[in-house]
Amino acid sequence: MLTILFDGVAYGMLLFVLACGLSVTLGLMNFVNLAHGAFAMAGGYAAAILINRYGVPFLATLPVAFAFAAFIGVALERSLYRRLYGASHLDQVLFTIGLVFMAMPIANYFLGDQPQPVRVPAFLSGRFEIAGIGVGVYRLFVIAVCGAIAGGLQAFLIGTRFGAQLRAAVDDRRVASGLGVNVDRLFAVTFAIGSGLAGLGGALAADMVGGVDPSFPVKFMVSFLIVVAIGGSNGIVGSLLGALLLGILDVAGKYYVPSIGAFIIYAVMIATLIVRPQGLFSRGGR
Amino acid sequence: MLKTLLAVGVAASAIAASAALADDNTVTIGMILPMTGPSASTGKQEQAGAQLYIHEHGDTVAGKKIQLIVKDDTGAPDVTKRLAEELIGNDKAKVLIGFGLTPLALAVAPIATEAKVPEIVSAAGTAMITEKSPFIVRTSFTLPQAAEPMARWCLKNNIRKVATLVTDYGPGVDAEKWFSEPFVKGGGTVVEKIRVPLKNPDFAPFLQRVSDDKPDAVFVFVPSGFGAAFMKEFVDRGLDKSGIKLIGTGDVTDDDLLPSMGDAAIGAVTTHHYSAAHDSPENKAFVADFEKANNGMRPNFMAVGAYDGMALIYHALEATKGSTDGQALIDAMKGAKWTSPRGPVEIDPATRDIIQNIYVRKVEKVNGQLYNVEFDKIEAVKDPFKAAGN
Amino acid sequence: MSAIAAPDRVAAHLNRGGRWRPFEIAFWLAIVALIFALPSRALLINEILLAGLFALSLDLVLGYAGIVSLGQAAFFGTGAYAAGIIATLGVAEPLIGLVLASVIAGLLGLITAPLLLRGSDLTRLMVTLGVALLLGELANRNEWITGGADGLSLAAKPVLGLFPIDFTGQRNASLYSLAVLFALFVAARRLVQSPFGLSVRALKENPLRANALGVSAARRLIAIYGIAAAYAGASGALVAQTTGLVSLDVFDFHRSADVMLMLIIGGPGYLYGGLIGAAFFIALKDGVASATPEYWEFWIGLPLVVLVLVGRERIGGFIARWARRAALLAMRGAA
Repeated sequence: MLTILFDGVAYGMLLFVLACGLSVTLGLMNFVNLAHGAFAMAGGYAAAILINRYGVPFLATLPVAFAFAAFIGVALERSLYRRLYGASHLDQVLFTIGLVFMAMPIANYFLGDQPQPVRVPAFLSGRFEIAGIGVGVYRLFVIAVCGAIAGGLQAFLIGTRFGAQLRAAVDDRRVASGLGVNVDRLFAVTFAIGSGLAGLGGALAADMVGGVDPSFPVKFMVSFLIVVAIGGSNGIVGSLLGALLLGILDVAGKYYVPSIGAFIIYAVMIATLIVRPQGLFSRGGR
Repeated sequence: MLKTLLAVGVAASAIAASAALADDNTVTIGMILPMTGPSASTGKQEQAGAQLYIHEHGDTVAGKKIQLIVKDDTGAPDVTKRLAEELIGNDKAKVLIGFGLTPLALAVAPIATEAKVPEIVSAAGTAMITEKSPFIVRTSFTLPQAAEPMARWCLKNNIRKVATLVTDYGPGVDAEKWFSEPFVKGGGTVVEKIRVPLKNPDFAPFLQRVSDDKPDAVFVFVPSGFGAAFMKEFVDRGLDKSGIKLIGTGDVTDDDLLPSMGDAAIGAVTTHHYSAAHDSPENKAFVADFEKANNGMRPNFMAVGAYDGMALIYHALEATKGSTDGQALIDAMKGAKWTSPRGPVEIDPATRDIIQNIYVRKVEKVNGQLYNVEFDKIEAVKDPFKAAGN
Repeated sequence: MSAIAAPDRVAAHLNRGGRWRPFEIAFWLAIVALIFALPSRALLINEILLAGLFALSLDLVLGYAGIVSLGQAAFFGTGAYAAGIIATLGVAEPLIGLVLASVIAGLLGLITAPLLLRGSDLTRLMVTLGVALLLGELANRNEWITGGADGLSLAAKPVLGLFPIDFTGQRNASLYSLAVLFALFVAARRLVQSPFGLSVRALKENPLRANALGVSAARRLIAIYGIAAAYAGASGALVAQTTGLVSLDVFDFHRSADVMLMLIIGGPGYLYGGLIGAAFFIALKDGVASATPEYWEFWIGLPLVVLVLVGRERIGGFIARWARRAALLAMRGAA
């Protein structure tokens, strides 16, 4: 029973780390970035290549995965994304889907279409038991890292000047820039953080989903969107709780009633959105 | 509003541009595969396999030049069907080959019958496909063919209590059925039948169930591509240490992905028709050539299916002395026998399905690389589904 | 400008919108001409027409009612399976299957529409997507009626017992699709210009004011959503009938996503957008994919990105100027 709960929490944390970058760009910047998965793929590939070709230790690749995806993110933001902040959501969808369409063949062309494994070191694999609860070491690691990220992000957004400026800029861009906030730079940094988190998520998730491959950006697109929709797109805490809820219900459902396993994630989402159309933990409508 | 004009123009020119010319001395072979999307790796292996055969054996047979046209159906059957009709109608294709998934193969069956064009199924593995048209021949395998011998092997090796875990769609259900029925009939017990959804697969909760059941072994079918995630979870959950054997059809330890699975896969016992480690001079040459031509990519059972499909086409064209009459080609294919990289194979004249050895293999490390090493075989296995009178 | 004249002015306005413009007539004639001029590509044209009909259904929802849907495949797939199952039950006439399938899909639309009345764009996006994926899972599970992962094959009988639409009648198939598309297009055209259609558009532009004017939002949105669902069902049914098979793929995420791309490319909100987008998307994809079956996605993605960056309107304007000049030159050449 508690083992299932633990697995559910770990799965939820994984969903969170994959999706939290999206809830940053969508929730805070109001930009529909369907290419989010492409940044996750970039991070995953960065980790996989460093480990497999250059023997870099797994833990050392995680910051690189973050930095690499963030770098690509900021480059694209400065050159392309920036022009679309004022555009309609439909244009943003078209544009980011276009990016996904381009990212997949590029990965396929240069890296092949077999999944590239991101192998975790021995001290992070295996499992142990505490009071009858089976605890997977890597899952515990994922929970710890994701928990730290969630806490850090929340503190950053609530507690720092940057966070306050960002929230102000999101609420009213013109007034914020009139008050001397450099909105341009603010958004670039935020976008970099969002993409970097995606990259980190890709690297962390790769081992649990069987490696990174060119179809990564679409394979998990639906999952990202579900988490953000359930959590409500307004903040980190919402996404985290939404992801945890989803993870726990999904794992428990599959364990206790495997025959309806495939339906659970969708049913939970629809039910949640009927009851709370703005997501579970939003600050009301926008 | 004049946008319309452009759109019509673009459509018209793109549509008109595609009429291909074929002269009498060229035999066009249309290869339809999923080259993008989730089954893209199947397409890549198949295409490489077919091209390797042409490369090794020359592009001329019985005085005719072979031209291979590869099309991407993205895994959507309505597209497969259109491509098949266009290949036959516009490109004058005389043989069609490929078909990555069952519905894609079925989509083309009525066209094959109508146009009398042989349809060589070199990938999809649902048993009944060949019954849908007298012009379908298969060079891959059927799932019952791979699953049933595993039941026999278990009974022989004193594995009595098994849980099954399969992906919840046609082929998975097929594998489950063709393993459990003979297994139970032979005195075994299936303690639990678990079906895993095709999307969002997190194997943890399902493997937790298996772990709680404490069977002797767990029989697994997952489409190739999910194998790595499965293996990882299997080991992480400590199932290997608790003495539960991992058995299944060869899909879970697909050669294409095996090197990336890591040591987690060691010890898995599977039954299948092809392993890149098969010990024969034909296979050694095949694997070496394939890896050389494809940047070190290891061939898997999909590659060998396409390679043998081309072998069958060459064989048939030689027998008909270059005639491309569909009926003549099919007749020449029935009963064809040759030595494939996988071992001796034959096309069953009655069912047009392939008869081949099924090997029992175990994942081991050979020269630092993981391989499915064969240690037992059942010779000349016919598809059990049709043998059972279906 | 007196109050008494208002109904007359409204009527005049409605009539003006309803008049067929020359380019529209040219558009439809061009399609007929294409079908006869290019018999070898009849199937591709058929695919474009059916995708166009599917996109038209999304246009009613998105372009007119402003509901962002990423799950239009729910109705497309329902229509396809309904038509397939009806045919396997022995109803030979495709038209009957088509009508029944659209009705069933439309009913499903009416049933699920209330789920979409609240919430943001993202909520609607996800609820529609969720419904489509749930139905896909249902179809996968109920193998006894849907054929599961193997799909469902149906032998398409001749339309009205006269025109075969199978392998032997490829041109008939595209003409059949065109006829249905045209009929439904005309109906949609009338619908969006009717008082009902205008009120739906008013809801999209300004829900608050529309409500104040006494326009009931919920009932209108449900109605238009149901109609659009029936359209999607019709396109699914036609795909099933003209290709002779249905598989789980009809509910897939990529169906909903592709159709949305087509509509956005062509531009929502004037009915022709979906058709134009479908023609552009499918013809381009076919052309590029035969050149590079493995990497065609890149060459689809690039134009999408460029299209957005340059601006859809600007490209449209450029083409319009270009086409006008070409037309002028052609006329001078003729004279």
